[in-house]
Amino acid sequence: MSKVPPAAELAKIDHQPPETPWMGTPVEFRPGTWCYSGKPKVVEELGLPNAREWSPADEDWKLPDGWQKIIYEGFKERLGKYRSLKIFMDICVRCGACADKCHFFLGTGDPKNMPVLRAELLRSVYRKDFTTAGKILGGFAGARELTVDVLKEWFYYFYQCTECRRCSVFCPYGIDTAEVTMMARELLHLVGVNINWILEPAANCSRTGNHLGLQPHTFRDCIDSLCEDIEEVTGLHIEVPLNKKGAEVLFLTPSADVFADPGIYTFMGYILLFEHIGLDYTMTTYASEGGNFGLFTNQETMKKLNAKMYAEAKRLGVKWILGGECGHMWRVIHQYMDTMNGPADFLEVPVSPITGTKFENAKSTKMVHITEFTADLIQHNKLKLDPHRNNHRTVTFHDSCNTSRAMGLFEEPRYILKNVVNNFHEMPETTIREQTFCCGSGTGLNTDEYMEMRMRGGFPRANAVKHVHEKHGVDLLSCICAIDRATLSTLMQYWVPMVDAAGVHELVGNALVMEGENERTTDLREEPLADVEGEDDAV
Amino acid sequence: MDLTSLLTQKKAAILDGWFDRIVASYPPDSAKMLKKNDRFSNPLGSTLFREIDRLFDELLTGGVHVDRVTLSLDSLMRIKAVQDFAPSEAIGFVFSLKEAIRSNLTAELQEDGLAKDLVVYESRIDELALISFDVYMKCREAIFQLKTDELKRQTHKLLERANRIGGTAQK
Ligand code: SF4
Ligand code: SF4
Repeated sequence: MSKVPPAAELAKIDHQPPETPWMGTPVEFRPGTWCYSGKPKVVEELGLPNAREWSPADEDWKLPDGWQKIIYEGFKERLGKYRSLKIFMDICVRCGACADKCHFFLGTGDPKNMPVLRAELLRSVYRKDFTTAGKILGGFAGARELTVDVLKEWFYYFYQCTECRRCSVFCPYGIDTAEVTMMARELLHLVGVNINWILEPAANCSRTGNHLGLQPHTFRDCIDSLCEDIEEVTGLHIEVPLNKKGAEVLFLTPSADVFADPGIYTFMGYILLFEHIGLDYTMTTYASEGGNFGLFTNQETMKKLNAKMYAEAKRLGVKWILGGECGHMWRVIHQYMDTMNGPADFLEVPVSPITGTKFENAKSTKMVHITEFTADLIQHNKLKLDPHRNNHRTVTFHDSCNTSRAMGLFEEPRYILKNVVNNFHEMPETTIREQTFCCGSGTGLNTDEYMEMRMRGGFPRANAVKHVHEKHGVDLLSCICAIDRATLSTLMQYWVPMVDAAGVHELVGNALVMEGENERTTDLREEPLADVEGEDDAV
Repeated sequence: MDLTSLLTQKKAAILDGWFDRIVASYPPDSAKMLKKNDRFSNPLGSTLFREIDRLFDELLTGGVHVDRVTLSLDSLMRIKAVQDFAPSEAIGFVFSLKEAIRSNLTAELQEDGLAKDLVVYESRIDELALISFDVYMKCREAIFQLKTDELKRQTHKLLERANRIGGTAQK
């Protein structure tokens, strides 16, 4: 008999990573795992420091002289200004409850994506510079020097956090790693370490009003073209009022709804709804972006972009603002607007002109979420709906991080779906509502050079969709966020190719029975309805 | 006992060994977490569990049914194709099954003269590795396609508009 060689010799594959402690393992910048840096022109336009050509893959990041001191001062200032930051730096007991809750950890298997270690990246420097124990004991107290390698690590991992706040749901102390990430990104901005996919949209919104920098005539053209599409499907000719002074309501939505697939179908849904109820509204071409890219940049930019929306509301003389299906627009309105720019006293407390419902929850910001508005219409029986028109779809609902964990909007979208869709199945409960998994591309990480990392981060979400797809035949993933509509489409294409993404108001638009419309044979995507002929037979 | 019965009998231990060898390619802190077998709170680990189990059964049934193993390999390679693995590392997990089998059957292989039968199994494992490579490449190509398709969607109406204006200008 031949002698069997020892197992390890025959099939030896050495792919075990070295066992270095996490603090000592430097980051490797592989393609697909980092975003391009801010273009100098854009950085300057936003008034941010250290505009220059550089790339994260370069050895030399061209940091300004005395960059450690700049960060130290910036850190000190923020610790004084935000009590929460100081608390988050001090109170973590490393219980590990958050460790396996982050989608980036679950999708990468990289321990530095455990929220506790992500925050530790900042905390270790905090300990060194701001605590007595750290100053004396150094590494023994988990403290470390801020070196270029540490800064690179900050950049790598704080742009591997989508500020989704899932970890905070599980932390017994309520430590919000999302806010730690926000602070870390602000500190990085101080020395010119940034990404273009966030800064360019922020600059465009600031200058032209929307993230692609579309000028008013182009914006109008896109809307007109969508109205033509509506006419094709319904036979109705509808016009969308733009910059109309004295309208009752200003409608703001992410600009992507006007030009990006599949957001445009959601937009068609909004327009049909407003026509259906005869709403006196206007849109604006000057603050034509609901999404606030300042949230991912710094407080000042966030405040400015938010203020622009309110300046438009004032200029146009509307009574209140209705906001479309967006994620970060709502995080800003719900959590920061009031302290930054509020209360918006020149507006009125929103009252639905159709049902008379007063939206007391929007008393201060004067801005109502469209799913609150539509759910109220349905509850008062003000909409004529035919859910059969969505029978060609089996639907599930993805709670977007911002609308769920940052504002608790769980029931309204579900109530609407229940009324416009016949085939609906929830994903498992540990993956929805406050425990929802992020799309993996939020906080301005939805850029193509970052595709591999996005696919990892979105894997836990996709995994739950795959489950309902296999079990119930779900083929449509609905949501109420523009970034989600865009990124979930891509995520599905990779992980669960038979599933599309859609906004909730696209399904509303399909179901709305409009006065004077042609009989619908297709949905808003111009795809055939289920059993159009079969239904005729049944009548 | 013939080799197939032996492999069936020792399936749990072999799969454990295979699983451990695969998660060893992740940092030690993560490897611990990956062992929790819950489909939703640990999608990575549970996908691994599920698919290596299926692949192992497939090997035992007497051949490599290309369509069925491709499905399992697709689930695994789709993950590996977006993680920090070189292609050789991504595919390497298939070979670690050989190691898992041999280390669980060391005594039996020496005594019963089963080594020859093992060669049959090992060539099936090689076959799996070859299919994995095709699947891996398909996943990598899919990533490039994602980028192009996403760009088109992101600017859908603008492209339509540009085409319209272009069309008018041509007339
Ligand atoms: S906020 Fe979200 S992305 Fe960031 S560490 Fe927590 S779970 Fe991860
Ligand atoms: S759950 Fe909270 S206290 Fe526990 S390790 Fe995570 S951040 Fe620290």
